[in-house]
Amino acid sequence: MSPHGNAAGKPAAQKRAKKVTLTLRVNGEDHEVLFAPHKTLLEVLREEMGLTGTKHGCELGECGTCTVVVDGEPMLSCLMLAVECDGREITTVEGLSTAKGPHPLQEAFADLNAAQCGYCTPGFLCASKALLDRNPSPTREQIRDDLAGNLCRCTGYAKIFEAVERAAAVMRGEPVPPPPGNEDLGGAAPAQGEVTRGA
Amino acid sequence: MMRLPAFKYLAPHSVAETVLMLSSEGPGATVVAGGTDLYPNMKRRHQVPKTVVSLRRVADLRGTHAGADGSLRIGASTTLMALERDARLKAERPALWAAVRSISTPVLRTMGTIGGNVLLDTRCNYYDQNLEWRRAINNCLKCEGDTCWTAPGSDRCWAVNSSDSVPVLIALGARARLSSPRGHREVPVESLYRDDGISYLTKDHDEVLTELVLPPVGPWKSHYGKLRRRGTFDFPVLGVATALRFDGDRVAEARIVLNGVGSSPLRCTEAEGFLLGKRIDPETAKAAGEIAFRPAKPLDNTDFENAWRKKMVKVYVRDGLLAAK
Repeated sequence: MSPHGNAAGKPAAQKRAKKVTLTLRVNGEDHEVLFAPHKTLLEVLREEMGLTGTKHGCELGECGTCTVVVDGEPMLSCLMLAVECDGREITTVEGLSTAKGPHPLQEAFADLNAAQCGYCTPGFLCASKALLDRNPSPTREQIRDDLAGNLCRCTGYAKIFEAVERAAAVMRGEPVPPPPGNEDLGGAAPAQGEVTRGA
Repeated sequence: MMRLPAFKYLAPHSVAETVLMLSSEGPGATVVAGGTDLYPNMKRRHQVPKTVVSLRRVADLRGTHAGADGSLRIGASTTLMALERDARLKAERPALWAAVRSISTPVLRTMGTIGGNVLLDTRCNYYDQNLEWRRAINNCLKCEGDTCWTAPGSDRCWAVNSSDSVPVLIALGARARLSSPRGHREVPVESLYRDDGISYLTKDHDEVLTELVLPPVGPWKSHYGKLRRRGTFDFPVLGVATALRFDGDRVAEARIVLNGVGSSPLRCTEAEGFLLGKRIDPETAKAAGEIAFRPAKPLDNTDFENAWRKKMVKVYVRDGLLAAK
């Protein structure tokens, strides 16, 4: 135990919190993880599994930056106990891309500059993924409504909503215009429907 | 980083097991369902339970059951999102559906439960702060202090009932089923509350809310109006549920219930009595609002200026009656 582990005033339970070993299914893979039962999913993802893509913000459920997808639904990892996540399918931002490349949402966020400081982006990507998996053609109003629990203090949201609409179109197999900025590249303009990175 | 204090975690599989665990663990144990109210409170050290008994594995408490007579039973662990996606609830009890949908944000409704909303901790600007902030004001009456900073001359706590579902449940005549090691009991939802910011529930510590039982809708018409700063996230600074039953075009029975203006939901009985035998027109609705406004006592412990919040009672009751018509 570290010399600080016994600090005076620490509740007795804190000193002897017995750890549990649990298999968590994260991003399609089973991981055996050892942690104390009062640890949140956020703490276990970041501190025990090294998955630091999920960010901690307010940690009180007020900002949405720690959003992950659990069994297809967006959930706040700061308010869930990891011990309650056994047998559940957890997807973090690290699990969005595939061998083929980034997720269409990640492409669209990059193409449209929907991230500025980027701190809220993993939460928005996860909340948006859950939305598009459930509703492939959401209206702007539905996107606004569904992402209401995620705060962004940089973008003013417009680019984020546009990026979700763009990703939805790509996922439906519809053509999308080339991302802004590509016309200055001097090369051939990308064909309609081709997903490319922004300049 | 705000971390949870350590606690003993128990995961019973049935209501019977839950109440036995609560009983044997004593008052230092608490129940958790969605965790969206309890865990922030624990992170801010408002509550430091020795034991947390989770309802996650108690399957019986989830889901709704419609009775053949038009009644509806809602399991206490049913998530708010499950209710929001319930087309039948939306069609038959639109006021309850609207109240549920107005709670917090979609992601929190996905996690939070109706039982959690019914038993929501009372809220106050001097209480819903982190530990360091509260220590800087020498704490408050509700948590480790001896002064209510909302009303320093008062010997009670004035934290506010902020549960959106509760006024509507009361207006719809809902009853709550509770289980304890002593058996079951069913009480009107209204009687779950006490006008005290600290001891705001009449429920015993080893009692678990298992179900909400709504009577058949019958001819009742209802509405829920919510005042808050943002269109999402925020707790109500005023919520008004109105329910009306007509005999012809005259009011045969009326229920008007407010939240956000006291430590318990407030039933506007005088305004309800005033409406009996009357037609609901803009003038009658306005007059009822004037009466309902009198007993509302919003204090300076939530968002917005309290005098304005009190004035808004008139407006929201008037509009609620016209909308429920």
